[in-house]
Amino acid sequence: MITRSASEMAAALVSGETTSEQLTQAHLDRISEVDADVHAFLFVDNEGALGQAREVDAARARGEKLGPLAGVPLALKDVMVMRNVPTTAGSKILEGWLPPYDSTVVSKLQAAGIVILGKTNCDEFAMGSSTENSAYGPTHNPWDLTRIPGGSGGGSSASLAAFEAPLAIGTDTGGSIRQPAAVTGTVGVKPTYGGVSRYGLIAFSSSLDQAGPCARTVLDAALLHEVIAGHDPRDATSIDAPVPRVVDAAKSGDVRGIKIGVVKELNGDGYQAGVRSRFEESLELLAKAGAEIVEVSCPNFEYALAAYYLIAPSECSSNLARFDAMRYGLRVGDEDGASSESVMNLTREVGFGREVKRRIILGTYALSSGYYDAYYGSAQKVRTLIMRDFTKAFGLADVLVSPTCPTTAFKIGEKANDPLAMYLNDIATIPVNMAGIGGMSLPCGLAPEDNLPVGFQIMAPAMQDQRMYSVGAALEAALLSQWGAPLLSRIPALGGLK
Amino acid sequence: MSTLSRGEVANLARLARIEMTDQELDDLSSEMDVILGAVARVQEVASADVKPTSHPLPLRNVTRPDVVVPGLSPDQALSGAPAKEGARFRVPKILGEEE
Repeated sequence: MITRSASEMAAALVSGETTSEQLTQAHLDRISEVDADVHAFLFVDNEGALGQAREVDAARARGEKLGPLAGVPLALKDVMVMRNVPTTAGSKILEGWLPPYDSTVVSKLQAAGIVILGKTNCDEFAMGSSTENSAYGPTHNPWDLTRIPGGSGGGSSASLAAFEAPLAIGTDTGGSIRQPAAVTGTVGVKPTYGGVSRYGLIAFSSSLDQAGPCARTVLDAALLHEVIAGHDPRDATSIDAPVPRVVDAAKSGDVRGIKIGVVKELNGDGYQAGVRSRFEESLELLAKAGAEIVEVSCPNFEYALAAYYLIAPSECSSNLARFDAMRYGLRVGDEDGASSESVMNLTREVGFGREVKRRIILGTYALSSGYYDAYYGSAQKVRTLIMRDFTKAFGLADVLVSPTCPTTAFKIGEKANDPLAMYLNDIATIPVNMAGIGGMSLPCGLAPEDNLPVGFQIMAPAMQDQRMYSVGAALEAALLSQWGAPLLSRIPALGGLK
Repeated sequence: MSTLSRGEVANLARLARIEMTDQELDDLSSEMDVILGAVARVQEVASADVKPTSHPLPLRNVTRPDVVVPGLSPDQALSGAPAKEGARFRVPKILGEEE
């Protein structure tokens, strides 16, 4: 049962083949069987999850009308607050904190009857591309436990690939949903900025952060997308417009007449050979399915990474000022008449990890008087140029595509001491965040040289998220008929699963 | 292109309220040189005629109706406090002796 898709599980719940309690218990058993090796979870809420599952079963027995994913379990990235459930954002500074409120995403999941299994590991405050920056140790890629599961949402993606959960929530500031999806052979979607509420999402870079669905199929991602999306008065940047009809798009998967633009700058040099060949084969499948393939050029994308590593650290240096040891979280050095300033200094020294400090210092510099125009100001101009490139490209194509990442999953430790090499993982995912548009990654095969998953990225204009789902579903169906079984059926066995 | 001295990094750490060891300051000042060298590329295309973008959405003065909604109780708001006194946060002293 745990290897099925979320929509198949939901159907089994409706038909009475299983109950939410049984389904939840099966996933909890799987977590206790394999998570010592994978380390996808920072906290497993055994009792909370089973209690919620029993409530859904009881509601179903009473004949109540339930949502399409009611009773299906989910893994929640640890940057999303949940009342009375430990929430750390992968940081020591929040160790032991029990939030007094629910994020809007959590409220919506609970209202939909989705069972929250626990909190998943991530890079500290979602800053990273490998989950190695978690203060609680790295997550391991279920395809090869010596490799990274992507980041920052490596716990969410690994939980899906290890069959510990059929659904997960991620957040994407520069690729933290899509890159982990790519390297674990799962599906991840960054909705249009403002499509999903940020209320209760621990802020990293407020103008870039966006929560979204992670799943094993395009349809499952769409079902979860519609649960969590929608206007929220508690988030001033939430879009007050109807949610794009992503489930209908995922069900139809019709790409006849759709123009697909291949972004010239997001391919070629620096992209692994097997990544490129799987990407090219996918384009052929889409053309066979009736899409028209065109090439587009976005010349300013080569500056996106540089602009991102000014904008995101600048915003983080401001957002993380809230961790001041006064109202919640860690406090160090509060003794013998110590001043508030010395307590703050000591707490932040002990509570923050290396990458977080690096970005706070970089952001503090980029925003400082005398350097502001040269760094932060210039980065904001590059952001304008990237948006112009997208506007032009979307004049020529309905969606844009590229490989999600330049390479497959690398070894844990391989890039840990080279921040710039690490940042390059996000080269193809960052432009989407800069422009606030939607992006999806879905698996398009294994690279022949290392037998590791490759991700195919689809980008759509703001609030046209349904286009990604149409194209994603078409490609997924074409690949499935070629392979005969989902990609994850080829993952090496973990634990007792056949 | 600017490079950052160890003293400048120490000053940034002070502004950002992070105590740092000598080793951290050494590591960061050499890392900052490399990172700043890479991100300074933005200056190549950021000409005066390009307007900056701070945010992807054209939003302005978003407000909600002025109605009372439930908030946190004092106990809930204090539930994560490192130290408290009655219904208040207890914080270290914020003024020096001479002030």
